[in-house]
Amino acid sequence: MPRDATNDFVVKFANVNGSGSASANQLFAKSILRMGIPIASRNIFPSNIQGLPTWFEVRVSGEGHLGRRGGVDLMVAMNPQTWDRDIAEIDPGGYLLYDSTRPMPASRFRDDIQVIGIPLTQICNANYTDARQRQLLKNIMYVGALSALLNIEPAVIEQLLAEQYKGKEKLAKPNRDAFHMGRDWALENLQCPLGLQLQRADAVGNRIYVEGNAAAALGAVYGGATVCAWYPITPSTSLAEAFERHCKRLRTEPETGRKRYAIVQAEDELASIGVVIGAAWNGARAFTATSGPGISLMQEFVGLAYFAEIPAVIFDVQRAGPSTGMPTRTQQSDLLSAAYASHGDTKHVVLLPEDPRECFDFGAASFDLADRLQTPVFVLLDLDIGMNDWLCEPFAWDDSRRLDRGKVMTAEELEAGRTFGRYLDTDGDGIPYRTYPGTHPSKGAFFTRGTSRDRFAKYTEVGAAYVDNMQRLLKKFETAKSLVPHPVERRAAEPTRTGVIYYGSSSAAMKEALSALEKDGIHLDALRIRAFPFHDDVLDFIARHDRVFVVEQNRDAQLRTLIMTEGNVDPARLIPILHYDGTPITARFIRAAIADRASAMQVVPIGAAAE
Amino acid sequence: MSFLPKPKLHHPKLPTNELGFTRRDYEGAISTLCAGCGHDSISAAIIQACWELSIEPHRVAKMSGIGCSSKTPDYFLGASHGFNSVHGRMPSVLTGANLANRDLIYLGVSGDGDSASIGFGQFAHSIRRAVNMTYIVENNGVYGLTKGQFSATSDKGSKAKKGAVNTDEAIDLVGIALQLGATYVARSFSGDKAQLVPLIKGALRHPGPAFIDCISPCVAFNNHEGSTKSYDFVREHNEAMNQLDVILGREPITTDYAPGEVREVTQHDGSILRLRKLHEEYDPTDRVAAMHHLHERKAAGEIVTGLLYIDPDPEDLHSNLGTVELPLNRLDDAALVPGAAALEKINAALR
Ligand SMILES: Cc1ncc(C[n+]2csc(CCOP(=O)(O)OP(=O)(O)O)c2C)c(N)n1
Ligand code: SF4
Ligand SMILES: [Mg+2]
Repeated sequence: MPRDATNDFVVKFANVNGSGSASANQLFAKSILRMGIPIASRNIFPSNIQGLPTWFEVRVSGEGHLGRRGGVDLMVAMNPQTWDRDIAEIDPGGYLLYDSTRPMPASRFRDDIQVIGIPLTQICNANYTDARQRQLLKNIMYVGALSALLNIEPAVIEQLLAEQYKGKEKLAKPNRDAFHMGRDWALENLQCPLGLQLQRADAVGNRIYVEGNAAAALGAVYGGATVCAWYPITPSTSLAEAFERHCKRLRTEPETGRKRYAIVQAEDELASIGVVIGAAWNGARAFTATSGPGISLMQEFVGLAYFAEIPAVIFDVQRAGPSTGMPTRTQQSDLLSAAYASHGDTKHVVLLPEDPRECFDFGAASFDLADRLQTPVFVLLDLDIGMNDWLCEPFAWDDSRRLDRGKVMTAEELEAGRTFGRYLDTDGDGIPYRTYPGTHPSKGAFFTRGTSRDRFAKYTEVGAAYVDNMQRLLKKFETAKSLVPHPVERRAAEPTRTGVIYYGSSSAAMKEALSALEKDGIHLDALRIRAFPFHDDVLDFIARHDRVFVVEQNRDAQLRTLIMTEGNVDPARLIPILHYDGTPITARFIRAAIADRASAMQVVPIGAAAE
Repeated sequence: MSFLPKPKLHHPKLPTNELGFTRRDYEGAISTLCAGCGHDSISAAIIQACWELSIEPHRVAKMSGIGCSSKTPDYFLGASHGFNSVHGRMPSVLTGANLANRDLIYLGVSGDGDSASIGFGQFAHSIRRAVNMTYIVENNGVYGLTKGQFSATSDKGSKAKKGAVNTDEAIDLVGIALQLGATYVARSFSGDKAQLVPLIKGALRHPGPAFIDCISPCVAFNNHEGSTKSYDFVREHNEAMNQLDVILGREPITTDYAPGEVREVTQHDGSILRLRKLHEEYDPTDRVAAMHHLHERKAAGEIVTGLLYIDPDPEDLHSNLGTVELPLNRLDDAALVPGAAALEKINAALR
């Protein structure tokens, strides 16, 4: 039976990297959004570049589910190298669209899927002579065919092409023509539309479609960052690159064309974080972007910044570790190494955005937090959020907001005779005052060091002074609890003694799973954690429930460990739900895993979870 | 508002500089190094150089790594901010500080272990990145702080205090700095204050990456017979190329020099480097020749000192990046935050 579905299916494109497919696929994705239908899209690109395979998956979800669904309803197979695994991935009853220019033996197909052949190469070769044009327009042509097969409104595509090639009619026209060529061929030769169909809706609203790395970088611009030092590593590279792009537009001095920012591609991650610490010590807002291996290299410096109390923002776009692991796959496995980075007793502020909108918000807020708390702040993205376009709330900014530079003593205050002790807790919140170098000719200078010192920054190895300082750092961490983004709770429809905690990119899948579980009769209160140190609401939530599932994308239940350690929580009450194969977690997975554990725990009568 | 430096009141007879400061105003905490340690002499030379140049102490940022040498910034310029960072990583911290505020003077102090071993990479990259700084390596050929292990600048064949002979090739930091584009390169000896002070002065006024390799004997672990970094050995093998005078403003030449004996180089800020030649054929503005000469004299067993290379009109990291004149740490909200209207435009392009 061919699949029948309206506004609820998954299309996957199998392409050859560098063939120009990305912009055609983007056109396809955006056209659906413009028809008011939510989508969730994901790039899948293996680290092994042989055969240059790359996939793009679009989940169409009229209901607005943004997590990965799993399964494929329509495969657009454009890469002969990955043919067999692509065919195998199609759900029974699903569709295959392929370039039928060269005949394929029947054995390379499946008989439980619908096969749609279009002689794309042949049509292209008949119409174009230029080799590059043949290749690029072939992609647009399959979008044209898909518009007929799935009911994409051609006017929407034309509008998108007009926007993309604004003022470049020379480029717009061949694209438009190719689109119609593909569309017309399909209308004439194929049964259109398929069982899978799109129908205009009004479920997108004013949301935007953007990648997490670009959003975080924009947050850094709005957060006032002026210095960026980085070393290339997937999946964080596009964050630094986006910062440069945003800055070119938004931070060029109009009169001179000069830069109100400095970007250094350092020789390694040690130098990256060193530059950040030096710049922040000297009063500029600075950040680095990296991934797990970079975090490992930065450990010594992070301890210095913690102990010497220097602001620093570190964006960690997580990938699957340990070591090089699966460098192009997603995970949430740096949580512990960020929270406790470095030797000695250390703890760090960690922010956990759920989507690009929060990447922007937390990206900007991280600089205020780092300055306010005079300490490193980690913003933990992951490959799934960072490198994929997500549908999310538009960015927002309040023009009355000011950059909060924290406690910086000015020359005027020093001149007026205010007492300055670099490590003196004058306000009882554990946060001392600092001065920027060069502030005053004779007052406020101090020596910054990673060695122990007294409240006035004088070197000392006296145990009591050391303990005094370490206790103040703890007090400061306590202060941080109220400053970091608070957790967000979502109560179940019915009162329940079972809860679930989740964070970051698991959010979309979790939301979907919660409504599915509710239909199964499993009611869960849900708490999305957005930062470490944990706000009191987190422990309160756990106290209110007998059992709490902790959903995360790593093997060792790192958030659960952190909650147990920091909150003194009985491990038996925290049940790990772990997904760590490198693919983004799905609602299907969460639902099945929780239903399974819930029935074992008799949260609901056995069997009630079955559909 | 600006605040004028207020000199402390000292003995009325102590000489003062243009700012009214005495040398004492450039001192720091009391040194905790071994008596006779070369590093203390370098601190004294830094104090003298800053005083003579009438630098406002608080306009200097002192950066260092870890080691006996890296401790010394605590012992000079007490009115300056200092940053004793982590082992071998001073260059990156200094680079970041420099990016944040291009208006301060950056003085990096490091050791041979700090710069030639653990921090060799950062040393090299800060030089090739053309950071405007004065980078002094207090080179004693050993790890002083960890009690006398060979460092990467120990000469092959040099003998450790307990008798072991170094079999590894030495890194010549001057050679590396020249190769990687430092625009002011000097070598000196902590025991030769007359040579060292002007070299530091020239470096502080140099608007690009200035590197000084200063041999600085470790009396505790590397000052014995058989060491090539001992006071005696360096004195015997020191081969000065020139004697530098740094002249601010148009001071007339008072001494009579033989024709061709003096060479003047005017730096970007107007300061004049007056070099009295001690070696007939040595031209300190010829980088390739300098590298060649260095190798040649080294093979002859000499330690070449003096101002070995100078590019009077260098570029620096800021000019290469094209950053604004105003220090980045002084840009205000209006210059940094694009605001809600700009964000709305960005949103519109993402729908
Ligand atoms: C990461 C790290 N490894 C090792 C050390 C121990 N350590 C401290 S100073 C030093 C060597 C310093 O040698 P050098 O830079 O030549 O300075 P000197 O004491 O000779 O002036 C070492 C190995 C350290 N502080 N940090
Ligand atoms: S151990 Fe050597 S380098 Fe360190 S202070 Fe003593 S003499 Fe100087
Ligand atoms: Mg040494």
